[in-house]
Order: sequence, then structure tokens, then C-alpha cells
Amino acid sequence: MTNVLDATDLRVQLGGESVLGGVSLSVERGEFVGLVGPNGAGKTTLLHTLNGTRLPDAGAVRVDGEPVGAQSSREVARQVATVPQETTLSFSFSVADVVEMGRTPYVSRFGTTTPADHEAVERAMAAAEVAEFADRSVQSLSGGERQRVLLARALAQETETLLLDEPTASLDINHQVRTLELVADAVADGRAVVAAIHDLDLAARYCDRLLLLADGGIRAAGEPASVLASDALQTAFGVSTELSEDPTTGTPRVTAVTDRGSTPSEDGPVPDAE
Amino acid sequence: MDASGAWRRAGVYAVALTGVLALVVTVSAGVGPVSIPAVEVGQVILNAVRLPVGVEFTGGGSGLLRVPSVEILTHAPFGFAVDDTHTAIVRTVRLPRILLAAFVGIALAAAGTVMQGFFRNPMADPSIVGVSSGAAAGAVASIVLPFALPFGIGLQLAAFLGGIVAGFAVYLIATRDGRTPTATLLLVGVAIQTLLSAVVSAMILFSGDSMRRVVFWLMGHLKNAGWGDVAAAAVVVPPLVVALAAYARDLNVLLLGEVDASALGVDVERSKRALLAISSVLTGAAVAVAGVIGFVGLIVPHGVRLLVGPDHRVLLPTSALAGGSFLVAADTVARAGTIELPVGIVTAAAGAPFFLYLLRTREVYEL
Repeated sequence: MTNVLDATDLRVQLGGESVLGGVSLSVERGEFVGLVGPNGAGKTTLLHTLNGTRLPDAGAVRVDGEPVGAQSSREVARQVATVPQETTLSFSFSVADVVEMGRTPYVSRFGTTTPADHEAVERAMAAAEVAEFADRSVQSLSGGERQRVLLARALAQETETLLLDEPTASLDINHQVRTLELVADAVADGRAVVAAIHDLDLAARYCDRLLLLADGGIRAAGEPASVLASDALQTAFGVSTELSEDPTTGTPRVTAVTDRGSTPSEDGPVPDAE
Repeated sequence: MDASGAWRRAGVYAVALTGVLALVVTVSAGVGPVSIPAVEVGQVILNAVRLPVGVEFTGGGSGLLRVPSVEILTHAPFGFAVDDTHTAIVRTVRLPRILLAAFVGIALAAAGTVMQGFFRNPMADPSIVGVSSGAAAGAVASIVLPFALPFGIGLQLAAFLGGIVAGFAVYLIATRDGRTPTATLLLVGVAIQTLLSAVVSAMILFSGDSMRRVVFWLMGHLKNAGWGDVAAAAVVVPPLVVALAAYARDLNVLLLGEVDASALGVDVERSKRALLAISSVLTGAAVAVAGVIGFVGLIVPHGVRLLVGPDHRVLLPTSALAGGSFLVAADTVARAGTIELPVGIVTAAAGAPFFLYLLRTREVYEL
């Protein structure tokens, strides 16, 4: 087995409500897994459980066969990197400073960064295409540029597993595609990637495999086309869908259909859990 | 910016600011009813320098355990001819007070820097988790109700213990299931501060003859400082500031939010506990020896952050040393006039306009 990331029967309760009710998944090296599902399905909670920042009430996450719960956050951070949905970047740190924070799990208290750290930071900034504004303050960047800085920070952690929470949520179409291309590059380098992606068409276009998460459980899993064609998708989102092929990319395209023939937004009525 | 050069940059600033502090101390020691030129002050200080040149073992006592007493031989390398009165004024009156001001300023500015980063709030200061209020309650209790305190403990110990107990109580109340959310901590701190200020007010009401002493203490003062206070501060403050510096990198990452920091490998709750405990001890010690001196822990970190940026590896040492110089200068102004002012009035009166000036000119309204 070449699974880097293994989660078995994860159960998480938040404020007495079951958010994850027995989720299992495994990801191989060089595999791009997309996590799709309606708002409030538990995608963010699942990602927080996978990176060890939230301990599950039951079940276990293993990275390279080692249980995450038994390791320090420092050890886990050398194996799993996370690109958060949003982060407080209201400080005048430079882009290079923020990316260098990705080296936190490698640097000792008073230790200075080594040449190896420098190279990792340079590589990450080049890979995420943020090197040209390395000295600028993160506050001066656009949303798409900030997202790439956070991606660079995660790449600088030099982990085998990369988790992304809605990396394209607030980006325009140019930056959506550009960001996912960069993630696809990281997958091509042999990383295992799990990304929560709101946009079903983009998920189908870039991911090797999709997991449909709804009501705290995985309702469908497999090839993007099969997951998007499943009845579970219509049930999960509570809307009828038509599947077609995108004439440009040749990848599956989902269109929501209502009685009135209009296409509502994908946002469900339930707010996304923390 | 070269990210790995942060410690180096911190070192350069620290050396420069230590020089500034030494200069401020020297000038300050010349100011007072008897004016002494700075050069002469420098000579007095240099005359006091002793270099260890050897160790002498003397015989050993009688009795079962013949413990030889060890005497360190010293040599005074400088022997400037200085007026004896001036030497006495500088060494026994002014220097202890000035050095205590420096240590208190360093402690308050370091604790304030950490609290502002910790709470991601530029209005945070060392008193935010209730340590200053607890120390004030302890000190006022020892003045107003000395009979009510166990073992006849003194004002400074009462203040220090009051501060530590208040800070610890705030932490315990705000902690649930091993997690201490900063928002809860902030609110509990405000509540405890309010409660303790009610206690202090009530004690002032019944303080009778000692009211003047209570009010003077509450305003913050460095009068009557002795070498004993300086020695205590020298033992407590520098090691704790270095201990805080060990968490500077964690503090940087914590600025991104706790979930992010945890995902980047920071043991969030442990780092928070350490930062809170160390800065509480620093604040409690500072308040115990000098009363409640406001604004130093608020303005100095903020002003220095506008100049050197948010990286705590640079910000913490520079802010601490700048705080030392600032309080020495403020206390010099406080004691220079014909009527001595509590230094807390000077720090507030000088600090607030400077703070507003920085905010207006730099147009920086966030941390």
C-alpha cells in the first residue's frame, strides 16, 4: 500500500451535534482527491481532523502509518501542510516572512534558519509564483495573490500531504484555474492532496477522485464523472442536476435544474460549520 | 527582507539600544537638585567597576565541618578623582532608582509587546489579564489592612502575590477542556479587573490616614528605590525577557490565528501558557516594586512596532530596551522639578500625545 493518508471511521461532535459520523478515506502519493458537498457537510471539520488540529471523538488518522493523535503538532506539521480557507493576514509581514513561517516545524527556538530552509522557501515561492513580490507586505496583495502566498507557505513545509480548504472560493476564474494548476503541479511532484472544492466543475476538471461529503458521511466516491452522475449528488445538494461534457476541457459539467428552469447558486440554506 | 537575519537584526538593534540606555542612565544620574556633569557620572560608575583577579581560600573555620571561606580578589581598574559627595549622591541615591526604572521599563514593555501579539490587539497592555489590578489590591491591602495579611508580609510581596493570584485566577476561569480562547481570557480579565478595582476603591474609602500613601502608590512611583530592589529586578527581569524571546517565533506564527499556528507545528496551548505565565510574573514584579505605571507597556511596543515591524524576534528585544530608556527618561522628568510627580503621570502625559502623533503620521491603525 502506498497510502500516505489513512482515516478510519472518524467521528466528530461539535456542541453536541454530530458533524462527522464515521468518515473513512485514504489517499495515495501523487493523487488529487477533491472533497465536494453542500455547505455544512463537515468538509472543514474533516480537514482539521486530518491535520491533527482537531482530535476526533472516535476513529484515527494515520500519516505514513503513524497515528496523528500520538504525535506532537510539530511532528505532524512535517508531514501534513494545510492551506486554510482564510487566515488573518492583517499584519505587515512580508511575503517572504509568511512563507518562511512554513519552516516553523523545522526550526528550533533560538535557531536561525539554515541554507536548507532558505532553499525550501525559495522553491516554494517559485512554485507558487509569488517570488516576484517576496518583499511586499502581505497586506498589499490581492485575494488571489494571498491565496498563492498561503500555498507557498504550505509548500515550504515540504510535506508529503497537502490539505486545502476551498482554495478557490473567493477568486476570479483566472486565479481559480491558476491556483489549481499550481496544486496539480504539487500532485505531479508526488504529493498527496485533499482539497475541499466548492465548484463541482473545477473539482471534476482537476481531481483524480472525488468524495461527496454530506450530513457527516461520504455519500459517493470515485471517478469525478461517476460521483457527479450519482443520485447521491442530487440528494446531497437537494437539487436536480444535469450532467454534460464541457466542450472545451472535455471534463464533466454539472448544471442545477429547477422547476422554473433557472439555475440557483450552489449555496444551501445551512451555514458552513466552523 | 532576509528572514533568517531576524536574530542578527535584533542583535544590532539591541546593541544600539543598550548604548542609548547607558547614555540615558548616565545623563539621568547627573540630573537633580545637585547637578553633576555626565562625564563625572561616568567616572563614578567606572570607579565602581571591579574585575575579579583571583580567588583566595582562607583557613577554614573550626568545628566538625571545616569549610574554607572563599574570597574573590578584585581589582578596581579605574581610579578617577571624583568629589566624594557626588559619588555618594550618584551611587546611593540616584543610580538605584534609575536602574530600577530601567528594569521596570524593560519588564513592562516586554510584557506589553507579548500581550499585544498574544491578543492580536494593539490596545492590549500588561495589565490586561488582571495582574496589575491584583497587585494593586495586594499592595493597598498591605497599606490599609496590614493586620489582615498573614505572616506580616510586606507591601512588595503582597503586591507580587496579588498579581500572580489574579492572573492565575483569570487563566483558570477562562480555561475549559484544556483550551484557553483568547477572547474569553480578555473578557474574564476585564471582569476581574473591574471586580478588583471595586475592592481597591472600597479599601481606599476606609483607608483614613493612609489614603495619601495609597493614592501615591497607585499612581506609580520609583521613590525610595534601594540596591536591594535593583538586585531583585536584575535577577528576575533579564532571564524572563530572554525566556519570552524563546517564544518570539511562536508568537509570530500565532498572529496568523491559532488553528493556522497549530497546523504549522506550534503547540498552541503550551506556548500560550508559557507566554502568559512569563509576562504575568514580569508585570507582577514590576508593579510590586514601582506601583501601577501605565502607558509604558502600551505605547512603547506600539511605537517600536511601527518602526521595526511586527516580527517579534526583532520587536521584543528592541521594545524591551526602548521601554527601559523611556521609563528612565520619564522618571528623570518626574523628579527633576521642585515638586516630585508620580512617574505614572509623566508616562501618561508624555506617552499619549506621542502615541497619537505616531498614529496620525504613520497612518497605521492596526497591529
